[in-house]
Amino acid sequence: MRIINRKPSRLTALALGLLPFVATIIGYAIASHYRRLDNPADKLLPSLESIGQAFWRMAAIPDRRSGDLLLWVDTFDSLWRLGTGMAVSTLLALSLGIAIGFIPHVRSALAPYLATFSLIPPITILPILFITFGLGEMAKIALIVIGTAPVMIRSTAQAVLDIPREMIIKAETLGASVWQMTVRLVIPQVLPKMITALRMGLVPAWIFLISAEAIASTTGLGYRIFLVRRYLAMDVILPYVVWITLLAFLLDRALLLLSRRSFQWHHLGSDAL
Amino acid sequence: MLKSFAKASLLAAALSLPLSVGSVQAEEKKDFKVCWSIYVGWMPWGYLQDSGLIKKWADKYDINVEIVQINDYVESINQYTAGEYDGCSMTNMDALSIPAGGGVETTALIVGDYSNGNDGIILKDKTELADIKGQSVNLVELSVSHYLLARALDTVDLSERDLTVINTSDADMIAAYATSDVTSVVTWNPLLSEIEAQPNATKVFDSAGIPGEIIDIMMVNTETLADNPAFGKALVGAWYELMGIMSSEGDEGVAARTAMAEASGTNLPGYDAQLATTKMFYTPAEAVAFTNAPELPSTMKFVAEFLFDKGILGEGAPSPEFVGVSFPDGSIYGDKNNVKLRFDPSFMQMAADGAL
Repeated sequence: MRIINRKPSRLTALALGLLPFVATIIGYAIASHYRRLDNPADKLLPSLESIGQAFWRMAAIPDRRSGDLLLWVDTFDSLWRLGTGMAVSTLLALSLGIAIGFIPHVRSALAPYLATFSLIPPITILPILFITFGLGEMAKIALIVIGTAPVMIRSTAQAVLDIPREMIIKAETLGASVWQMTVRLVIPQVLPKMITALRMGLVPAWIFLISAEAIASTTGLGYRIFLVRRYLAMDVILPYVVWITLLAFLLDRALLLLSRRSFQWHHLGSDAL
Repeated sequence: MLKSFAKASLLAAALSLPLSVGSVQAEEKKDFKVCWSIYVGWMPWGYLQDSGLIKKWADKYDINVEIVQINDYVESINQYTAGEYDGCSMTNMDALSIPAGGGVETTALIVGDYSNGNDGIILKDKTELADIKGQSVNLVELSVSHYLLARALDTVDLSERDLTVINTSDADMIAAYATSDVTSVVTWNPLLSEIEAQPNATKVFDSAGIPGEIIDIMMVNTETLADNPAFGKALVGAWYELMGIMSSEGDEGVAARTAMAEASGTNLPGYDAQLATTKMFYTPAEAVAFTNAPELPSTMKFVAEFLFDKGILGEGAPSPEFVGVSFPDGSIYGDKNNVKLRFDPSFMQMAADGAL
């Protein structure tokens, strides 16, 4: 049988999926071992054991100065910022995206501007954000929104444009108003694509969250990483990176699950990653 | 399945091997690399490379020395600690916490200067240090700014509990000060003078209040130096030749300082103003005297206690004395069996004696 027609069994698929992860861990352990032969206190690639200890210390032992469990405080604050930012972006994408996609005059007015605006690297205008929104939570959320909303709005608008013209004509023939078409036709068609846009938007959102926290902050996952980077504490940074990756992965899977549950008709087609 | 697993782990090992051989091996060698970052007292390092002075001295000892500028200060120290460079310019505090705390035995080769007003605390619309109580203070956490704040608070019987520290990137400090919710900052030059120039800003404390505690040093790997004295001699020889030129008011001195000023993004008067708040050791004799002075051990004790208190003196450090620091008179602060930072003026002494 040709290789493209051979399907792995469930167990093989699971093992194949785990393989690169295990290989990475083994590769790391080997490199770390050799570095620590030279210098037992090496900070760049600490042993898996000391990474585990550092993770335990961050997650379960109250901080000497503040008495907080740092990992959970950082996680909660970061997720709050990320969640608020993405909620604002989603609302913007729904309202503006549908307006741009559905109403030609709004499209003419906003589409070129949005296309231009979405190309500005948000980090470069940070000082303006600071002076407008201050240094607190607002500026961090604003950075996430500016970084993710334009692209999400554009993909939502595109999703509206992709609705088969026949459906809209049929709704008009049946005498639907613009509002009725928006609520009964456009929104249901757009929502699953909205979730896809949200999943795509989460990738830059994490980047902007971490950058915002690195610049001025007192808590957060990005804050902690950039703080301990000052003394090369990779034993804290590496588990934080793994933790962030895990959170991002779980968020992504949860959204996918939500989409599959709520919009089964949208997932009838081909395989999706 | 098993076979591919074995293959994959071999491949991973091969890929990760370069990571493990990057560290400096102790042996005699010909090629050396040191790194530095932009700061008033370190601009001579860039000039040494550009003017060819370092090449002249390296040739004299038949070695090659490359001086590399790195744009991010902490990154430069991390690179040195990881073994990419044989030496790096840094402060006494960061030398203790990063390379020494990370087990890389490090020697203070050239004690270049100390901050004498280059680091300071600025309050907005307030004029007394004691007014800082209850405020949010923006600074680069765990840096010398943080240390300066801790030392300043001691003088007015306050502690960090009386205020909130907000970690703020130095790159954004000036923009941060412009926002209304920032009322106090701790930072260093040239940011300090830029912020102090704002009409509502008052500098309430600066490093001139703790002279000789924030020291800027060329740190080198102890083993590399021990195996290759020529490396130390070339760096020290070139450095003090340039110090002689730089401190003169003749054309050559002005030309050197102008080049350094431009490299740091200012002009000659701006650079001279920064030099005025920096106590440069232009002669090796001054630097040797400072290194031998009895104040240095007590400064390092303050620093070690500060680092321990903040939990950054190496992992699982049971006390401030966890990392040993040795001084020229043979005395040791901290653990005698774990000496990782050495103040050794012998190379600077050679320069003072004209023996290079």
